[in-house]
Amino acid sequence: MKTLPLAAAVTCLATIAGAETPVLTVMTYDSFASEWGPGPAIEKGFEATCGCDLRFVTAGDGAALLARVQLEGTASEGDVVVGLDTNLTAAATASGLFAPHGQPAVTGLPVAWEDAQFLPFDWGWFAFVHDKAKLPNPPASLEALAASDVKILIQDPRSSTPGLGLVMWVKAAYGDRAPEIWAALADNIVTVTPGWSEAYGMFLEGEADMVLSYTTSPAYHLIAESDDSKAAAPFAEGHYLQVEVAGLLAGSDQPELGKAFLAYLVGDAAQSVIPTTNWMYPANVPAAGLPEGFGTLIQPAKSLLFSSDEAGALREAAVAEWQAALSR
Amino acid sequence: MASRAVALIPALLALIVVALTLGSAAVTAVWGGGGGLGPADWAALRFTLLQAALSAAVSALLAVPLARALVRRRFAGRGLLLRLMAAPFLLPVVVAVLGLLAVFGRSGPVNSLLAVLGLPALSVFGLHGVVLAHVFLNLPLVTRMLVHGWQAIPAERFRLAQALGMGPGPQFRHLELPMLRATLPGAAALVFLLCLTSFAVALTLGGGPKASTVELAIYQALRFDFLPGKAATLAAVQFALCATVTLAAMRLARVEGFGAGLGREVEMPAPGGWRRGVDALMIVLAAGFLLAPLLAVVWRGAPGLVALPSSVGWAAARSLVVAVLSAVLAAVAALVLVQARVAGRRWAELAAMLPLAASGLVMGTGLFLLVQPVAPVERLALPVTMLVNATLALPYLFRLLLPEALRLEADYVRLAESLSLRGAARLRLLVLPRLARPLGFGTGLAAALSMGDLGVIALFAGERGVTLPLLVQRLTGAYRMEAAASAALLLVGLSFALFWLFDRWGARHAAA
Repeated sequence: MKTLPLAAAVTCLATIAGAETPVLTVMTYDSFASEWGPGPAIEKGFEATCGCDLRFVTAGDGAALLARVQLEGTASEGDVVVGLDTNLTAAATASGLFAPHGQPAVTGLPVAWEDAQFLPFDWGWFAFVHDKAKLPNPPASLEALAASDVKILIQDPRSSTPGLGLVMWVKAAYGDRAPEIWAALADNIVTVTPGWSEAYGMFLEGEADMVLSYTTSPAYHLIAESDDSKAAAPFAEGHYLQVEVAGLLAGSDQPELGKAFLAYLVGDAAQSVIPTTNWMYPANVPAAGLPEGFGTLIQPAKSLLFSSDEAGALREAAVAEWQAALSR
Repeated sequence: MASRAVALIPALLALIVVALTLGSAAVTAVWGGGGGLGPADWAALRFTLLQAALSAAVSALLAVPLARALVRRRFAGRGLLLRLMAAPFLLPVVVAVLGLLAVFGRSGPVNSLLAVLGLPALSVFGLHGVVLAHVFLNLPLVTRMLVHGWQAIPAERFRLAQALGMGPGPQFRHLELPMLRATLPGAAALVFLLCLTSFAVALTLGGGPKASTVELAIYQALRFDFLPGKAATLAAVQFALCATVTLAAMRLARVEGFGAGLGREVEMPAPGGWRRGVDALMIVLAAGFLLAPLLAVVWRGAPGLVALPSSVGWAAARSLVVAVLSAVLAAVAALVLVQARVAGRRWAELAAMLPLAASGLVMGTGLFLLVQPVAPVERLALPVTMLVNATLALPYLFRLLLPEALRLEADYVRLAESLSLRGAARLRLLVLPRLARPLGFGTGLAAALSMGDLGVIALFAGERGVTLPLLVQRLTGAYRMEAAASAALLLVGLSFALFWLFDRWGARHAAA
């Protein structure tokens, strides 16, 4: 293989410098590794015990992360991937790039979970968030929302994880009636944004009454900003789940270290960091319990979730239904 | 021998640009296999064309009276207004959208005023919202291009016209219309091409999947469906469109030399009466439309500026270095290609305009595939970003320089030849001083655009090498909307400072 001399030199130097400590490369999405995410605390905690150097490689979001894993293929320097969800695991399994994680099952999920390749590390319910003062009586179901004149902001399922989550939510709750629900929702939708942050930012600026986010979103405002004005509305149909998972890359040259990291990720130290950095529920409830403030959040009675295979099979048709209903 | 080698430089440069744009798409296509287009893709193509055509038409139509008013009227703060008005174009798209919403949104002052007057609320979501945002972003650019055009009409011509007793009408027909015919098609084509690759504006303000653009389809193909082949097919469609529009604009634009003047500052006659009122109204309305959203951005971001995390400093420094280097790179490349185009090589123009239709995502993916087997991508994140940003800025610089360069050639070529003024001396004594104004403006623009660009770095960045736009995105992703607004304000401030510096350099070194 032809190699640029400079790049080779740089790689050599890096190898010499790093000969003593093994490097564990963790591929994750941007906000996980950012200084406000769980990344820095987890890196510090794991490096204290592993005698290794943990490096993050990032992509924009879960979907971009999987795209990057696929682009790099077997040549990837990555050892562990953190931050895919159930809408992506079918494609991730099909890529053949992942190995069994070998960890015991997690206990904090509201649904049964069994997957030899993908280990959940956090989860959350999708929900519509509103301001309690401005909208004291939010709709109590998707159908009631569709029938109301409440204005909502949602994300595009073709570019955003929550956006796809809502499409799956409607599909899981209404099956063949999904197009009808979307048609009824059309006049409630102010706009569809490319990602979560645009929609959430516009909601905070008062562009709509409700925004598609997570039941845990009000906890951020409560804990980080001492602001209890936001709430998520419980919906009668139940709430669709997002389960975020981690996996071991089959091409990893540090499989044992990778497994140790996965064990650390679902262990007490990392799990107690996740609620107030990733603003999601931990996959294993820490010994000290959930942070104060999480107790005020709504607890949906019913959780909806398609299995990885179902989600993989349904996704394209469900997004097409969404698109057709809203393009009219 | 040496002169032949020098003559090859533009061709080499054009080849590099083609490799970076078409080549990266080809790599992506080869890697992913081809891919067919579905009905949704064709609907996206139709919407893309419609919104781009409307945005270009409205921007061009508004820019003509606005630029004319700005050229012929003198008022306090005119210079400041001219510079400030360039700012919307320099805004990162997401910041611009939030600024527009703060003014035209549901709880903005425009709707509050309408409510007080008992009028129905105005929604900015839909096709009109997309066009509004594109006009907001691009009107300043077209206006500045036209202002340059007007300023390039020799002052002597206006004096002659007045001496001949021409009124505003005949003066427009004989002096200004030829200039517009040379400048406006290129400017409108530029806006059209810019809007062709619009993604975030169209989606955020479009109101739903009706407003899907080709760029969104590319994003979906690449990120969600993981069909790089399809993404490359869509990119090829964009290229074809770009080439068609560029060729059409080249045909439409006719350059007419005015004959050389002494290069004095334009003293365009400023007729009184109703024309004065119309000019004033045009300036006030445009200033309000362009500056109010900016003010909103400052208003939202200013309170949190002092509380920004320390990582912002490093990110800002990184962004500044990348921005300045890529702008200088783009400026040199544009000068070389413009000279080649002036010498009659039309392919130079096509090559220079190509990057406009390049999808940043496809270009990034192609480069990623090329770089990855050679070296860890994080190490090359900043150099690659620099190269891509320089490529993406090339069309603007080229478009800004070309009309001036052609006029220069038409007016001075015989004189220069008779003086045997060639090569470096010609560049230094004739070309650079005459082109300094658009060159400074264009380089400033390139620096600011690079500063605000998120596209490629997001694909390459690792833990280190975070730039300011990426940091803004990370802040918004972590619920920190206020800190993000402040970081965005810092980004806008730095972009604008860079632009201002280069623009002033241009104005100062312009032949007086």
